[in-house]
Amino acid sequence: MHSYSTRAPDIRHRYAYNPSMRICLVPGCLAETFYPQAIRDSRILLEASGAEVFVPPQVTCCGQPAWSNGHPAVGRELATALLDASAAGDYIVLPSGSCAAMLRVFTPPLLETDSPRRQISAKVHELIEFLDTIVHYRPPTNSLAGRRIVVHHGCHARRELAAVGTVEHLLEAAGATVLDWKLAAECCGFGGSFAVNLPEVSVAMADRKLDALPQCDCVVTPDPGCLMQLAGRAERRGLGLTIRHAASLLREAEQMRQNEH
Amino acid sequence: MNIEPIDYRTAAARLLAERPDIREAITRATLAKEDRRREGYADIDSEAWRDWASRLRRHVLANLDYYLEQAGRALEANGIRVHWAEDAQATCATVLSLCHERGVRRVVKGKSMLSEEIELNPALEAAGIEVTETDLGEYLIQLAGERPSHIIGPAYHKPLSESQALFAERLGTPAGAEPSALAAAARKHLRQRFLAADMMITGANAIAADTGTIALVENEGNIRIGTTTARIHVACVGIEKLVPRLTDLGTLLPLLSRAATGQRLGNYVSLISGPRGAEPEGPDEVHVIFVDNGRSRLLADPPAASTLACIRCGACLNACPVFRQTGGHPYQWAYSGPIGAVLAPGLLGLERGWTLAQASTLCGACDAACPVRIPLSGLLRLWRERAAQAGLEAPGEAPAIRAYARLARRPHRFHMATRLLGRFAPWFGPLVPPLSRWLRGRTLPLRNRNR
Ligand code: SF4
Repeated sequence: MHSYSTRAPDIRHRYAYNPSMRICLVPGCLAETFYPQAIRDSRILLEASGAEVFVPPQVTCCGQPAWSNGHPAVGRELATALLDASAAGDYIVLPSGSCAAMLRVFTPPLLETDSPRRQISAKVHELIEFLDTIVHYRPPTNSLAGRRIVVHHGCHARRELAAVGTVEHLLEAAGATVLDWKLAAECCGFGGSFAVNLPEVSVAMADRKLDALPQCDCVVTPDPGCLMQLAGRAERRGLGLTIRHAASLLREAEQMRQNEH
Repeated sequence: MNIEPIDYRTAAARLLAERPDIREAITRATLAKEDRRREGYADIDSEAWRDWASRLRRHVLANLDYYLEQAGRALEANGIRVHWAEDAQATCATVLSLCHERGVRRVVKGKSMLSEEIELNPALEAAGIEVTETDLGEYLIQLAGERPSHIIGPAYHKPLSESQALFAERLGTPAGAEPSALAAAARKHLRQRFLAADMMITGANAIAADTGTIALVENEGNIRIGTTTARIHVACVGIEKLVPRLTDLGTLLPLLSRAATGQRLGNYVSLISGPRGAEPEGPDEVHVIFVDNGRSRLLADPPAASTLACIRCGACLNACPVFRQTGGHPYQWAYSGPIGAVLAPGLLGLERGWTLAQASTLCGACDAACPVRIPLSGLLRLWRERAAQAGLEAPGEAPAIRAYARLARRPHRFHMATRLLGRFAPWFGPLVPPLSRWLRGRTLPLRNRNR
């Protein structure tokens, strides 16, 4: 398991990295299918730091659906193809914690010990974790002042990537209040094929999470799967909640900076 | 052998629809125990303890033949009779012949999941022997004619009101009696059963191979009473439940208690090292039945063998967000939650048990909880893989994976497909699985809504 600090030391400079770097943005199937706006928002955030961002057209799926459902050979094939397609990036960034965990943590054990793809895998980051801990991106101060926000981390981002704290850190830097959530660490019930294989239990799991929510303006998550699950259930129940990809809320904050200029 | 796949989904859906009160009771109990476990882990160096326990248990499994022989000899040297049983039937037969030879009419029992696994109670009852469970939760379940819903808390699923009604009817407690009053009534009733019993049947939390000691941990004292008052004590023990040295229990039992309930140690720890000698109290005979029932087959399967490191603490059940919705009954056999899902294909056979490996989001909460670091989500994936290889998946699943993999290899078509799917899924979704299943209780996102 990778262990690196989940929270960067507070720094004065907004960007602590070389802007000549090239960042490979990998959209991920779910975001590509249902949340294209989250991909555009991710790109805006990455570019806001002055870096060059590219999305290789050959990039498709990370292979997790096959890998976790009993077809590891297919999963491995898709994961390695994706790594190869994104190898040109100095960093490989995904607006999905689950896909990032697949490429960074679950794929290396499927590779040969001396595979050069291990180095490519080590360049993979989840978007918000990348913004917070690698490039030390900070949203404009007070851009989200007064907002009361709840954060949900996908389980793989939480356990495999130790990404808890990153979204919270950026939101607080923007002046938002991040609220406690009793069941924050509980799985939302998405689980890929689980959501359709056991829909009744999956929905019950989402309900538990939603029922435990505090009064808030918005729920954000850096995982499109969890987003689809929680938002889909909340909408069906008519809860009137706003549930968004974390990149979308941060892009909104970033735009306030650009409007000022 | 029953090879009909266990249908968790249907049973779970029915429970969620018909018994929301069970879901509430299970959620409350498991969340509380999960908090206790966190506290229990927080004031020790739990990572180091778990490393140690994991190595200890794996060492035992790797040398199980050696330790079984050693334990067998040490137990015999203590005057404990050792029996070996290949499967459930042989175990029940051994217990029954002990009962017949010794004129046993009444049996009391300590909580034992192994006895659920081998369905010992029905076998005894069919032979006309009266069986009384003496763990309070287990007693309640027996009165209700149900099965345990959790390996540590057999009655976690029972709403208090139901227990009150049951006790009022069967033991004459006043309506709405406090839990402590219910416990007192049960104790009074059980006391007579203890005094009349010829035999006490227990499981074992562990057996120390070096000294031939049976270790039993409990909170109510019922095992202490039963193993003292009955003239015969029979412990049915899975062959994997060994530790090399008695001193290992000094760390393993506290870790077990912390993982299970957050206690530093269960209220009563009985270390039984033989029948009574000159003392006035204690059983005349102590028997240990080592039960295989599929374990040696699982042990001979290296990718899955670590399943046998389990010490049955129940922490993975308490951590599991799937278990939290339904409790153990929809798993339809003795063991439930993540450990039940990986034991089922291992002990019941792939055909019957593989479906339980689907009852997980692979969120990893169980891996983070397990005191002996069994890689539960990895094992769930392993069984999914074996089910796929054996062609057991739901029809359509394998072709769907193949089609999706083909598509993912052709980026141009793939991107076109995601756009089309994203745009039109909300409209045609209700007609095609798996989208139609998604739409049970959820909406699909509208692709072009700007959020
Ligand atoms: S698998 Fe681990 S957590 Fe689950 S019951 Fe066994 S020892 Fe406890």
